[in-house]
Amino acid sequence: MTQYIIRRLLYSLPLLMGVNILTFVLFFVVNSPDDMARMQLGQKHVTEQAIANWKQQHGYDVPLLWNDSAQGGGKITDTVFYQKSVGLFLFRFGVSDSGRNIGADIKERAWPSLAVALPTLMIGLLVNICFALMMVLFRNSYISKDGVYAAGQSGAGAALEHAGIVLCVILMSISSLFYIIGGQFVIGKVLRLVPISGYDDGMAAVKFLILPVLIGVFSGIGSGTRWYRTLFLEEVGKDYVRTARAKGLSETQTLFRHVLPNAMIPILTGVVVVLPLLFMGSLIMESFFSIPGLGSYTIDAINSQDFAIVRAMVFLGSVLYVIGLLLTDISYTLVDPRVRLS
Amino acid sequence: MTLILMSSLLSMKMQTFKARALVPILTAMFLAATFSCAASAQLNNPYTEDESGQAVLYESFSERPKHMDPAVAYSSNEYAFISQIYEPPFQYHYLKRPYQVVPLTAVRMPEVIYLNPKGEKLEQGANDRDIGFTDYIIDIQSGIRYQPHPALAKNPQGNYEYHRLSAAQIEAATSLNDFNATGSRELTAEDYVYQIKRLAHPKIQSPIAEIMKNYIVGFDDFSKQVKDKPKTAIRDLAIEGATALSPYQYRIRIKGKYPQFIYWLAMPFFSPMPWEADVFYDQPGLADKNITLDWFPIGTGPYLLAENNPNRRMILLKNPLFHVETYPSEGEPDDRQKGLLADAGKQLPFIDKVVFMLEKETIPYWTKFLQGYYDASGIASDSFDQAIQFTGSGGVALTPSLLEKGIQLQTSVTTTSFYMGFNMLDATVGGATEQARKLRQAISIAVDYEEFISIFMNGRGVAAQGVLPPGTYGVDDKSGFNPYVYDSLNDKASAPAHAPYLHPVGKAQRKKIDAARQLMTEAGYAGGIDPKTKEALILYFDTTATSVDDRPRMNWYRKQFEKLGIKLVIRATDYNRFQEKMRTGNAQLFFWGWNADYPDPENFFFLLYGPNSKVQYGGENAANYHNPEFDRLFEQMRNMDNGEQRYRIIQQMQEIVRRDAPWIFGFHPKNFSLFHGWYKNLKPNLMANNQLKYTRIDTADRAEKRRQWNQPVFWPLVLGGAVFVLMLIPAVNAYRRRGRETVQ
Repeated sequence: MTQYIIRRLLYSLPLLMGVNILTFVLFFVVNSPDDMARMQLGQKHVTEQAIANWKQQHGYDVPLLWNDSAQGGGKITDTVFYQKSVGLFLFRFGVSDSGRNIGADIKERAWPSLAVALPTLMIGLLVNICFALMMVLFRNSYISKDGVYAAGQSGAGAALEHAGIVLCVILMSISSLFYIIGGQFVIGKVLRLVPISGYDDGMAAVKFLILPVLIGVFSGIGSGTRWYRTLFLEEVGKDYVRTARAKGLSETQTLFRHVLPNAMIPILTGVVVVLPLLFMGSLIMESFFSIPGLGSYTIDAINSQDFAIVRAMVFLGSVLYVIGLLLTDISYTLVDPRVRLS
Repeated sequence: MTLILMSSLLSMKMQTFKARALVPILTAMFLAATFSCAASAQLNNPYTEDESGQAVLYESFSERPKHMDPAVAYSSNEYAFISQIYEPPFQYHYLKRPYQVVPLTAVRMPEVIYLNPKGEKLEQGANDRDIGFTDYIIDIQSGIRYQPHPALAKNPQGNYEYHRLSAAQIEAATSLNDFNATGSRELTAEDYVYQIKRLAHPKIQSPIAEIMKNYIVGFDDFSKQVKDKPKTAIRDLAIEGATALSPYQYRIRIKGKYPQFIYWLAMPFFSPMPWEADVFYDQPGLADKNITLDWFPIGTGPYLLAENNPNRRMILLKNPLFHVETYPSEGEPDDRQKGLLADAGKQLPFIDKVVFMLEKETIPYWTKFLQGYYDASGIASDSFDQAIQFTGSGGVALTPSLLEKGIQLQTSVTTTSFYMGFNMLDATVGGATEQARKLRQAISIAVDYEEFISIFMNGRGVAAQGVLPPGTYGVDDKSGFNPYVYDSLNDKASAPAHAPYLHPVGKAQRKKIDAARQLMTEAGYAGGIDPKTKEALILYFDTTATSVDDRPRMNWYRKQFEKLGIKLVIRATDYNRFQEKMRTGNAQLFFWGWNADYPDPENFFFLLYGPNSKVQYGGENAANYHNPEFDRLFEQMRNMDNGEQRYRIIQQMQEIVRRDAPWIFGFHPKNFSLFHGWYKNLKPNLMANNQLKYTRIDTADRAEKRRQWNQPVFWPLVLGGAVFVLMLIPAVNAYRRRGRETVQ
């Protein structure tokens, strides 16, 4: 296992380097250092001298990838790419082009993002599994003893199951923006039960998190429930479930004791991979609810052509994703004894 | 959700139908009991701080300020904060119009001394050509003190407490507030001089450094001298053009005569900065914690920045050491009637604390304003119809629902000009030939900006009649319309006597499209046909409008040109490429704007001054317009004091650019702002940014209104829960029935 983890981490180094080079090339294809200087210096009274000065102060006065005028190793090290990238691998993100320390900003903004994303994920998981199990539970109520559809015998269960599926499809089809605006309108404006947006530190944050978490959970119910229902239905048809029923276990006992643990493998895979990325926040959710998280950090940096932030955030995102995938592999071994990493 | 799940699980356990029937009732009772406790509270109150009798103003901001250093900050969202904290020697009078510069920390207006090129004093009224230098002698008030700040804290031995921080101290600090000890000292003239040196230091990167090189004597030399030196080194180096003559008096020497310099002295760039600030903040390690002067200001103004979290909120607190400044006792004639002089002579500021909340989206922002949680608001286009209605006479008024809430509407035409420019270097639309001029004039008539304002701006704008926006010296209210685009209806009575700049057009009407077509014919493009190609004339419009939302506007522009038979090709590109095209002169038509630095015509006419041409000199004259007569008049006008002669020259210049039409004069946006009834001392001032100190709020009225408007409503929640449980019961019954069935 340890060898496997070390090997995976070593594999990730060229991957991260590649991501870094790609980010660098894509960014500078669109924005030149002169453009960046103009953006930072504003639109008024920007002279060539001011641009040259800005570039010199921010280390953009050297060639991008190859410095012909330098000697020896300087041809590579005296470049924007080298000077701006090396620190990343040591998680030294440096200072943004507008003068803020990026590491400190990330540290400060990651927690509010997590405060919204983590409860949304956990409660959403719980609710989706509950609903999916209920749908599977009630599904049996309209299958007659010989497996032939017999809606007339248990119409209420059938109706609920049908209504559930239709509701899921409807919920999936609606844009998340609608949930946000609708939720803010109904709960924040009409019912006036929680603040419509805002944030605070510590326990005072709870009243601000209720609405975004509620909306986050609600907007995910459609797709989540249907996905988990599919997983459960796949398990329900297997031999061991039939055996459990033949032993005389009730349907709820079968579902909770046998089906649920076996269906947890794909669920876990989906959850663990996103766990590290929860720090990165959600752009729309944080924007509408004024959550001071990382959601808009990257997009704001792209808009203001702040390369230092863009490269730091892309790098961080890549690292977190690699970690997420590694954690997923490790979690397989924990939930399924048959899986061994080698 | 958890409650609902619990109730459904509970229902599974119920053995009798009677017991199951009780579930929704019990749930409803439980919910009702839970929520009734909170029924009287405002559950949607987004503020958790205890106001405890303080006057707290709640405002919002949508974009985080980039800079708080007065030498660097230059945008309105930055001025909204730093103008409350820093105090330049002069400011704009809050109530008087036209805008008037008055002393702030200065004792009086500066003594202006003209010198010949040898540095010898000239008499007042000396010929402009004889003036080599101008001295501004500024006396500042004694007894003004800086806000309490760690940079000024001293230990009992009299040494600065935090000027030599240890590595451990820096490591432990996460914010400026972690430095507990604070100190203050008296403001001196040397602090103003020090700030001018900071403007010159290349490491500070002041956006006005390049301009000031042209004006302040020795500025450029000083800049070169300190290029490789740390920021703190400038304290002991002298700059020729700025000298402290005594602790309360300093002199700024500028090249030649530049009367507009007084406006610069009313901007935060020329605020005082104690040298201790740079010494404190420049200690290695603090910048890594984002503890910088660019982030934590130190000023003498009415407020100090108590919390700086631009990703969430910024809090200003009343500066406990603020000097004596009183509310103005003079204003415009009807200010007293409007109640704007009710606080005359009272000590400023009135507000104890100002909380700025970050609101990026308009919907929650608007809702919170209606709930009373913001004291003021702009009007986004999606809530415009909810807020504003047009009256029969074409005026605007608040809708009944807003009037019922006691909300006040304030409108003001901004000192901003948006225009569609012609590249005067272009072979088709540019140049000084009669043909090109008539083509430009024809297009100016065809592009109907009144329609644009109506369709795309909800009527929030005024069609421009020339280069100068209303409120600028020299705007002629009597014949202020552009005779090359408009016809006079011989009725100028509509402009209010007290504020003629509100209706600069009077009763003028855009010329009929036939007049434009006639000009096209005279220009050699009859019916819009280009004689060279025998096909419709094709013009190219370079723009940064690339999003889907911009398409209606672009289509509108196409239609305007189609009126003349011209085919307009939209070349949408990103801002970088657009800038490049402008720099290299590869654009033909473009759209741009300018926001006034100060209310003087020089600040707008310089946008058309030949030696400011963008392609040739990298200046702000994006149209690359060059008219020797205009340039001559500009050079004459810019150094003149306001008076009849200057006014006449301004009219001549307006006439030249109207005739030459290097721009299609677009529009001046109109600000619509809403304020709750408890917001007092409201008067739009587009030049001053330090209005917060004049603002007063009636906190008791606000608290009462908030209470009335924000009573929580619980019954739909209880009803929804009950319905859900009721829906679940038959399904549970069906499941149980199936479970009880025996295998056959």
